[in-house]
Amino acid sequence: MAKSNWLGAIRLGLIGGVIAVLVALVGMVEVFGERDIVAGVISMGQTLLVLTVLLVGYITASRTAGSQRLVGVASGALAGLLTSAMLVVLLLIGKAVNLRPVLINASPVLYKILTFGQDTGTGVLILLALGLVIGVVAGIIHWLPPRVRGAVIAGLLLVGLIGLLQDLLRVTLAPFPEVSKAVAWMFGSKGQKGLSVAGAIVVFTVVAAVSYLWAAQGNNLQRRVRALPPSGQRAVRWGSLALAFAMLLVWPQVAGPYLSDVSNQVGLFILAGLGLNIVVGFAGLLDLGYVAFFAIGAYVMGVMTTTGGEIATNFQWTFWEALPVAVGASVLMGVILGIPVLKMRGDYLAIVTLGFGEIIRILAISDFLKPYEGGSLGIVLVGKPTLGSLVMETPQSLYYLIFAGCLLAVFISWRLRDSRVGRAWKAMREDEDVAQAMGMNLVTTKLLAFATGAAFSGLAGAIFAAKLSTVYPHSFTLLYSINVLSLIIVGGMGSLPGVFVGALVLVGLPELLREFSEYRLLMYGALLIVMMLTRPEGFWPEATHRREFHEEEAVVEPVPSSAPAP
Amino acid sequence: MLRRALERFNVSDLSLYVVGAPIIALIVVGSFATLRAGHYTTRQWFDFIIFGLAQGSIYALIALGYTLVYGILRMINFAHSEVFMSGAYAGFFVASALSRSKFLDSNPVVGLLVIFAVAILTSVGVAVLLERIAYRPLRRAPRLVPLITAIGASFFLQYTVRGLFGSQFKTYPTVAILGGTWTLGANFVIQRIQVLVIVAAALLMFGLYSFVQRTKTGKAMRAVSEDKDVAALMGIDVDAIIVRTFVLGAALAGAAGVLYSLMFRQAQFFMGFIPGIKAFTAAVLGGIGNVPGAMLGGVFLGLFESVGPTLFLDGLKVPAPYQLKDVIAFTMLVLVLVFRPTGILGERLARAKA
Repeated sequence: MAKSNWLGAIRLGLIGGVIAVLVALVGMVEVFGERDIVAGVISMGQTLLVLTVLLVGYITASRTAGSQRLVGVASGALAGLLTSAMLVVLLLIGKAVNLRPVLINASPVLYKILTFGQDTGTGVLILLALGLVIGVVAGIIHWLPPRVRGAVIAGLLLVGLIGLLQDLLRVTLAPFPEVSKAVAWMFGSKGQKGLSVAGAIVVFTVVAAVSYLWAAQGNNLQRRVRALPPSGQRAVRWGSLALAFAMLLVWPQVAGPYLSDVSNQVGLFILAGLGLNIVVGFAGLLDLGYVAFFAIGAYVMGVMTTTGGEIATNFQWTFWEALPVAVGASVLMGVILGIPVLKMRGDYLAIVTLGFGEIIRILAISDFLKPYEGGSLGIVLVGKPTLGSLVMETPQSLYYLIFAGCLLAVFISWRLRDSRVGRAWKAMREDEDVAQAMGMNLVTTKLLAFATGAAFSGLAGAIFAAKLSTVYPHSFTLLYSINVLSLIIVGGMGSLPGVFVGALVLVGLPELLREFSEYRLLMYGALLIVMMLTRPEGFWPEATHRREFHEEEAVVEPVPSSAPAP
Repeated sequence: MLRRALERFNVSDLSLYVVGAPIIALIVVGSFATLRAGHYTTRQWFDFIIFGLAQGSIYALIALGYTLVYGILRMINFAHSEVFMSGAYAGFFVASALSRSKFLDSNPVVGLLVIFAVAILTSVGVAVLLERIAYRPLRRAPRLVPLITAIGASFFLQYTVRGLFGSQFKTYPTVAILGGTWTLGANFVIQRIQVLVIVAAALLMFGLYSFVQRTKTGKAMRAVSEDKDVAALMGIDVDAIIVRTFVLGAALAGAAGVLYSLMFRQAQFFMGFIPGIKAFTAAVLGGIGNVPGAMLGGVFLGLFESVGPTLFLDGLKVPAPYQLKDVIAFTMLVLVLVFRPTGILGERLARAKA
């Protein structure tokens, strides 16, 4: 047993402790404590602390367990103990000194959660014992064979997820009384939140079993598909695409209004993400002012179709008449804003585009343009899209509009990707000077990228305005540009499926957790950091990018084959 | 003659005429109209200029942090605005404790020095942690990756501070010796706090400039920003120099945080955002990676923001021109970059590396 193992465990334990204390002090434990994962057993706030200890124990075990498994378990236990010891320190300090004037969340409620409602002495002992036990559990999980480990982790994750989203599940199932009655036992009784104990056990067992079997059989299945002739493989691929398409078509009917609305927001971000993916992912032009085109699309739609009569112009067009104008205006703006930045590169481009975004927002809020677009009051009564006699008002019907928009954008991006223009964009992304030397016209190539990106964003903005039926300047902040940029990078730059994954993770998940909105951006920030540190190429990278990120491995690989045998 | 001019005409020169010319025309017409109307007295113009200088000095201090880090890592340290904010927060807690114990009234100079010291230490701590956790593992990653971690770190720090200390504005205590004004003449009255801000910022910037130019560490920093690998071959500990760069930038940001809060008398978790963006704009305006450029850019931006709305727009009968001060700031940026795509002083670096 090396000494460095223990030192490493102590270090990780202390880091974990700092994280746990921070989680407690920013108020997450207390706020999330109101919601149970498993009714009456464990709340979400406690889950957060347990997760911290589990993670620290697991990482410690995986770092030290190289030689002996027992050492891994022991060091996991040590790290777990230290993490909870830091919470004990917080508890003792908090009981002795009133921290509240500075740290507003160091409240009696927090201390009560940390001591499990017991007196300080007993609470401290329970806390320490739990830290030790969870550390041991983490060590044991690491000890398990990989397939079992995967199954256990999947089971735990899903229990957490279902417990978290159980409100939503119940609401969604409500229109189907047979189903909701059949699964009623899974959830806590009336007034309780979270899964029932039996429900948690069943969910865990089922998920773990499925995951175990999948790990066993999944590879087999993949191999069998790969063994098919090319035509068969293509049939499988088109078949699964068609299945996904059909599922997406019926989704709003099953999901109900709330989930449809969340899907709509994700869809609008996908639409904008596909546009920015062309500008940043394909053409490599870092645009931080992407919100400008979204805003222009929304404002043109608002001004053209509003029936509110509070602004000087009075067009009262229908949605479909105004839509091409809105998209056209965005494209025009894309070209106009593109011209001055033609010569700028890298970060100069980033800050100037950021400036454009801010200029548009401030102009929209100012009194200067108020007579034409409502100023800080915005535009109300924006026209709703219609289809024949049907007015698209419900989230479910708007879903199809957004779905059609996304399909169009995906189709255009997909066809552009390997076209002449698409290849020119990629050449420009890799090296602007070389691309120019090869005879490419940088001016038109860049302007085309800006214009296409602006068109998608303008479309998203126009639909956004119609969806909310209001346009407020406060929707168009820098945060929007940053969100879209983050989602394409988290998904995998330049990759079309990546945009979907990124939007689901960065827009869909936070939207579902809206009641914890205070901590949304905190977790968002932490997620971005962790994501970039552990998987910088994104969830679903484009093939060329994946190679770039694993360049070293690719170079190292051929060496053993050419080297003489020892 | 005409043919040669046409041959030399480059499509990207178009931007000079499409964007540059109308903006300049608008500025000239607006300024003439405002000055001819004469709604504003000399004293008001003087106030605008002094306020612009004070604001600009703070931008310059923050901009130096951006520019130093950019010069070495070629990375936009988006979380720098939160380093600034954490300095202001630390300063607030010390200031309110000192003011409650009446120490700030009895020994104002010592008290202020303590406030600055704690703020600077906090900012430095945050920046060093940031570098260690979020940036160092990504030294060799593509450029957008550290930008995204920086954005993530920025959100994380903002909302951690909000979670820890609450979202309401914290009101800075008043410091008696900083209140009041000095009269330099009939039309020239200047607030003491503005004098402190301008003088302190000038001293700090002078200190930084001589540090970078004169000391051995400064020399090493310049070497690392020229070429990391060669610098490492010359026996420079690149990681240590990078940490020191972050320390320097953070120290200036911490001081700027206290100065800003003393001037506007408040601190809040979101306070770093706008000054951060402006300071970054200032750094780019001056030519990013260039130390004197950041100072020049900061003061330039502060002045235009303060004088610009009234001077350019009032004469054009634009309602509430002060709302548009950020538009003026960013328009200035576009204008400067249209004519000098690499900033006022940023020629050398941008051609080689940007």
